[in-house]
Amino acid sequence: MCVKRVPAVGAEILLTADGLAVDTRHLGFTIGPHEECAVEEAVRIAERTGGSAGVLTVGAPETEEQLRYAMSMGADHAVRVDAAAADGDPEATAAAITGALRDLPPYDLVLFGAASADAGHAQVGLRVACALRRPVVGGVKGIDPGPGHVSLRREVGGGVEVHEAPLPAVVTVLEGLNLPRYPTIKGRLRAKKAPIRVLPAAPPAGGLRTRRLRHRPEARAETIVLGRGAEAAPAVVDVLADLGVVR
Amino acid sequence: MVLAVVERDGRGSLSAASGEVLGTARELAERLGVAVAAVAVGEAGDLPDDLAKQGVGRLHLLAHELLDGGGPARLGEALAGLVATLAPAAVLGADEPGVTDAMAWAATMVGAPLATACTEVRPGDDAWEVTRERSGGILLEDAVLAGPVRFCTLRPGGPAPSETAAAAEVTVDVVVPELDTTLPHATLVERRERSAGMSLATAPVVVAGGRGVGSAGGYAVLEELAGLVGGVVGCSRVATNNGWRPHSDQVGLTGTRISPDLYVACGISGATQHWVGCMNARSILAVNTDPEAPMVTRATWAVIGDVHTVLPAVVAEIRERSRRR
Amino acid sequence: MTSFPDRAQVVVIGAGIVGNSVVHHLARLGWRDVLLLDKGPLPDPGGSTGHASNFVFPVDHSREITLLTGDSMRQYTELGTLTTCGGIEVARTPERVQELHRRVSSARAWGVDAELVTPAEVAADVPFLDPSVVLAGFRTPSVAVVDPLRAGELMRQRAVEAGALTVAALTEVLAIETGDGRVRRVRTDRGDVETEYVVVACGVWSPRIAALAGATIPLTPAVHQMIDVGPIAELAATGREIAFPIIRDMDPLMYERQSGADLEIGSYAHRPILVDPDDIPSLAAAALSPTQLPFTADDFDPQMEAALDLFADILDRPDAGIRHAINGLLSLTPDGHPLLGETPEVHGLWSAAAVWIKEGPGVGRLIAEWMTDGAPEIDPHAADIARFAPHERTRAHVRARASEGFNKTYGIVHPREQWASDRGARRSPFHEREQALGAEFFEVAGWERPQWYAANEPLVAELGVEDRPHEWDARWWSPISTAEHLAMRRGVAMIDLSAFAQFDVRGPGALAYLQHLTVAQMDRPVGRVIYTPVLGPDGGLRSDLTVVRLGESHFRVVTGGADGARDLQWFRRHLPDDGSVALADVTSAVCTLGLWGPRARDVLATVTEDDVSDAAFGFATARELTIGSTPVLAMRLSYVGELGWELHAPTESGLRLWDTLAEAGAPHGLVPAGIGVYGTTARLEKGYRLMGHELDAEHGPVEAGLALPGLKPQDFVGKAAYSKAREGEPEATLCTLRLDGARDAAGLRRYPQGGEPLLTADGRRIVDTRGRPSYVTSAGAAPSLGTYLLMAYLPPRLAVAGTGLLVEYLGERYPVTVARAGRTPLFDPDDARMRG
Repeated sequence: MCVKRVPAVGAEILLTADGLAVDTRHLGFTIGPHEECAVEEAVRIAERTGGSAGVLTVGAPETEEQLRYAMSMGADHAVRVDAAAADGDPEATAAAITGALRDLPPYDLVLFGAASADAGHAQVGLRVACALRRPVVGGVKGIDPGPGHVSLRREVGGGVEVHEAPLPAVVTVLEGLNLPRYPTIKGRLRAKKAPIRVLPAAPPAGGLRTRRLRHRPEARAETIVLGRGAEAAPAVVDVLADLGVVR
Repeated sequence: MVLAVVERDGRGSLSAASGEVLGTARELAERLGVAVAAVAVGEAGDLPDDLAKQGVGRLHLLAHELLDGGGPARLGEALAGLVATLAPAAVLGADEPGVTDAMAWAATMVGAPLATACTEVRPGDDAWEVTRERSGGILLEDAVLAGPVRFCTLRPGGPAPSETAAAAEVTVDVVVPELDTTLPHATLVERRERSAGMSLATAPVVVAGGRGVGSAGGYAVLEELAGLVGGVVGCSRVATNNGWRPHSDQVGLTGTRISPDLYVACGISGATQHWVGCMNARSILAVNTDPEAPMVTRATWAVIGDVHTVLPAVVAEIRERSRRR
Repeated sequence: MTSFPDRAQVVVIGAGIVGNSVVHHLARLGWRDVLLLDKGPLPDPGGSTGHASNFVFPVDHSREITLLTGDSMRQYTELGTLTTCGGIEVARTPERVQELHRRVSSARAWGVDAELVTPAEVAADVPFLDPSVVLAGFRTPSVAVVDPLRAGELMRQRAVEAGALTVAALTEVLAIETGDGRVRRVRTDRGDVETEYVVVACGVWSPRIAALAGATIPLTPAVHQMIDVGPIAELAATGREIAFPIIRDMDPLMYERQSGADLEIGSYAHRPILVDPDDIPSLAAAALSPTQLPFTADDFDPQMEAALDLFADILDRPDAGIRHAINGLLSLTPDGHPLLGETPEVHGLWSAAAVWIKEGPGVGRLIAEWMTDGAPEIDPHAADIARFAPHERTRAHVRARASEGFNKTYGIVHPREQWASDRGARRSPFHEREQALGAEFFEVAGWERPQWYAANEPLVAELGVEDRPHEWDARWWSPISTAEHLAMRRGVAMIDLSAFAQFDVRGPGALAYLQHLTVAQMDRPVGRVIYTPVLGPDGGLRSDLTVVRLGESHFRVVTGGADGARDLQWFRRHLPDDGSVALADVTSAVCTLGLWGPRARDVLATVTEDDVSDAAFGFATARELTIGSTPVLAMRLSYVGELGWELHAPTESGLRLWDTLAEAGAPHGLVPAGIGVYGTTARLEKGYRLMGHELDAEHGPVEAGLALPGLKPQDFVGKAAYSKAREGEPEATLCTLRLDGARDAAGLRRYPQGGEPLLTADGRRIVDTRGRPSYVTSAGAAPSLGTYLLMAYLPPRLAVAGTGLLVEYLGERYPVTVARAGRTPLFDPDDARMRG
């Protein structure tokens, strides 16, 4: 599975003075919730099928923290694609991953989170699948591997679709696919010592480039306090009546 | 030309999201001095009439047996073929998973960038500028979009489609794309409706509970209130993680992002992860013991108190009033 | 929102456990218009109170901290926010087993129930612990977990109900305005408040808030890592927050406690990770809270291995995940003690910072009493924020000592252990000579003072001094010190005393001013040297001084280096407003050499033309002398019981003074002697008391044996209590005890270090009628008496020469005998030597 190092932010996101990035001085880093599910699913599938689960990321050496986190959740091995792919350049990221997957040993399934928690470009998985000419299903919330193929469940509108794809296949997943485990102490200690394979890459820059980040203008109005405790009930029901949701 | 990827809704008409896309496409086309064309898959349905009203004169209808259930790869491939033929300046679509995935595939085949979750697209001489959402919409990103074709998906809530002179006539081009049949691909093997009932995404009122509800059993009173106000129950990530509610009930960045008329947030502090899921609600009523909780300070109305004190009283009051009448 | 006042009697900033406790006790003591501010929301504003591990181990080697913890536990209990679960400190190494014995002694000294237990007993209490890793356990049944957020809410509530308190959360302090060195106004984002008192209880933010008023609170935020691992079935099955004793795994410097279904693991073992107060994120920008920073996993890995050793049974399970992991912030100070009291820089600005959860309520009471009565019940000596020398308040020093001190949190710290970082801040002019003589430097208030000189090593054999056979007893000690002592008594020694803090007091009001602050009569002839205690308002000892009358309206005050900063603040605070007294700190301008021994006069006479005979220069007088061409203020007094002088010279002339005396003294057998002689062996033989050891606020001059024959007519601070104490019988008397021939089970001679409990001959604790325990306040060799001496306060029935008692030292008990009750010296009881 492929993961991305993203800052673990609080309620308010501070930006650097140049507006080019999130100010991460006080922040830790993590992988997004979709990706946590991807890692969990990969580990489960590997456990179930007797296979192995590898984790891959693109970035500088500090991104190995996230690889080790995935390994502490149970991933067997890790690859860092050593490319300075900018956060705002999904084409370069996809190219780096595509190149790495061509060089790495054969795989059956490549899992992505449907979108990263920060940039949210929501396209790297699809781009990789396209470049590798692999079948792909996006936004998956259920994975059931069988011999030579995989069954994939996704939710659309009011319904559920089940897709089948021959292996090897690419899948982007959504949170809710599973409940990711926490890393264990043993897992963490094993992950700390595990080797990380580093692959060099120099993907060409893509056509999307961040100029600046800014806060969304927030329209603020004073909150009307209807009261405290049970005494507020009549005022609440008045509001509900005004809204027309109770008669 | 600006090419808009459009979809039919359940009744065969132009979907609301597609309508918004067309609005932006038209604005863009005017600035560029080019025409707008639409592309859709399968049957035309009411699309020609709806497009005419939007002033769009041409609809490319992709028709191929592999497109039905072929997923984003097939649609993307077909789209890429059409883009190669038409050479549009831009391809716009709604920021929805199916469309985004197909456009990502197409953009890859064409060798073009894709800007997702855009709120604005500003054409320039060579490089265009877009504004897109990041971190679930907490942040906006101004970015340069450079490429032979500009693929963008658009967040809802753009400029409302303005009335425009209807196109005299909509030309429907049925295009049979050349698809690479040797490409291994996924196939749709089953499609089923989910159990009936109101969905979290569409309910006019959502009564959601968080840490302050305290337990799975604590949601009974939320269920009761939701029933009385014609809404459904939602929850925060804490509730999901504690196993109090299924993930399908989760409102938030990684759950469902909703825009009901009224959002009742019970014992939810309002962390970012949750806030981005409910910030588009028309109005918010927060029930919380902490008057300084972010959800309270951002709400339209607030009641300071414990969920299990306030909600039973509200339920009783509603019942009392309906009994009196 | 409550309305925001424009005036308050006192503004308390910070609604953590300390701030809440301060407002509660202020209200209880009658303060009104108390305003409590916090930038964050309530009940958890985001400070360290909100993420602390919340357990309380009552035993500390420090009596002050143990008293504060005990008081806090009583308060938490009374508020219904304390759950007793017991706790065990486990040892994995023999050295730690010894330390646990020491902790048993401290527990006994302070009256806390605790015992040493076997690994099997540890495992019986905590069945999922692997006893094979453990050598022994120190079990304290009263160890508890508290809920400081709830306690804080209740305390606020009480103060509000008393009509005394306004609480304003989400209120940011923008400025603290001062005028004439006093607090005047607090400016906030909700308005300005006129006030004369501000209490800074802002935890890790305290330095930033104090700086708004121009004051320093010398602490640094530092990371303490914690993780939660679970769920663990055995813990979940208890259905309780905590059902098993808390384990402190002392050797890897960590703890493990049950927290519901999880085991919480915390560490003081990782590298020191200091954070600047200005770099703490805001509540909104922090992922968890401002004081819960992102976990840095690499730092914690060794601790995980250690935890896995001890708790393999439950931690090595695939479903026990690391569910929560933080770099929590706490406050570290240069010496590990809290920062309490009025800041020296700004009148009315009080610090209540660097306080652990276990001390919070006690500190609240202490601060409130101190603000109300001028003196708290618990002596705040070691925690007084005024204790720091200027360099000790700098960021660089705080960070250096905090870094060094962090791993001492659970470390084994020898009572004489010296700091290694940021040394050499203050050096006497004699320093290079001392270095050349191989001085072993000990530090006081940043001063480098020779403790002994390697150059005197040959004296050890010559004088037949025995070494100490046990490493612990001999650590930070040398037999050379004993040899220097004997050489001084035999001939003459010179001792660097430049660390003395010295103040010049001048002006028409000088005499009245000093009379007001001291017990002894200050209106003595010019040239008179006066020794005097200084009391707090409650009659407790707060200092002891040497005062010299240099002119009708000119006095020199000399005090110990360790207490110089505290004394300076005390003197400054009491200066009259009318400008009639000028107070100057001349510490840096003056260097001091002590010249003592039977041959001292012979040496001095060779270097000065002035008459230094007893007739011309009597005991307890001071005069200007010329030594060579150096003008020197000589004071004939002694803390070592020998004939001799303190020679005070301009700092820049010090080196020449040293060289002159060293040269002149050589034929007389002059040796340089270290502070080991001055501060321990010679003064113990003479029964002289030392501030911070025998002398403390818990005891008055009468009990300490420092009462003067007459009571001066002038009023002075503490007079009422002192006068009353003189009339009654003391409830304790300071005694000197002999320890003769103590040999441990291995047959080694042993030497207690101080702090040990004294027990009756049949092994019972000794406590006086006011509940004060008897423990060793000082311990050291008495080479000239051929014995080893201890000092301790004893209740009157035991304070009788010849009484046999026991001292408990590192798990063994040794017989001791009361040698002297009161102050008459054991060595040269008539003071013939120094009066000679």
